[in-house]
Amino acid sequence: MERARHIDLVDEPIAVPTAAVLATWLGDHCDPDVGSIVWFFGVTRRNTGDRVTDTLFYEAHRPMARKSLDELAEQAIEKHSLRSVVIVHRLGEVPVGQASILVGCSSSHRSESFEALAWIMDELKRVVPIWKRECYADGRTEWVHPAEA
Amino acid sequence: MQLKVLLFAAARDEMGCDSVEINVPEDAVASDVLLKLGELSPFMSQLVPYCRLAIDERYADSSASVQGAREVALIPPVSGG
Repeated sequence: MERARHIDLVDEPIAVPTAAVLATWLGDHCDPDVGSIVWFFGVTRRNTGDRVTDTLFYEAHRPMARKSLDELAEQAIEKHSLRSVVIVHRLGEVPVGQASILVGCSSSHRSESFEALAWIMDELKRVVPIWKRECYADGRTEWVHPAEA
Repeated sequence: MQLKVLLFAAARDEMGCDSVEINVPEDAVASDVLLKLGELSPFMSQLVPYCRLAIDERYADSSASVQGAREVALIPPVSGG
């Protein structure tokens, strides 16, 4: 069966996907060789050390980010023997408690999808041209450019 | 030649625009472009050493030519997810 993937950059809240949404994303089929489906939501957290976050703001080089996410999904499928991959990243403002990213992996066994999910998130934070700006409760704002530290 | 470079995140905020036009030699490579971008302001001189250059939506090696590029973008350290 062909490995399915769904990549998207969205400007609206990310919801838990229903069966109908999944059918739109990955095709209306049941893969009999899937034994594990793992979902991950990355969510805006309020406290980081002594800093209090109000909201995060994400921007991207959209066409390059889309291409980069697509390549990441393809690599994850190959490297971790996945049956399907979903990566949806939200852009714009993402308030505390809301999801900025949804990643889903399916595979024959659970170890493959758990490992793939962690690998996708690590790689995404290393290569995909998406940036976040912290907007703190005290009114300060700051782009997060990790290599500066 | 005049080269348009797309800016994002802190680099865009610093320069106050989505792109800058810089003057580089015809045979300029990615590292030459980064050097020029680092000269734009004290803030850029701090940020650019940590940035990568993308040519036509792909990360470029420091020796990659920018001649004939459809798009050149300065990519600050990323922080998606």
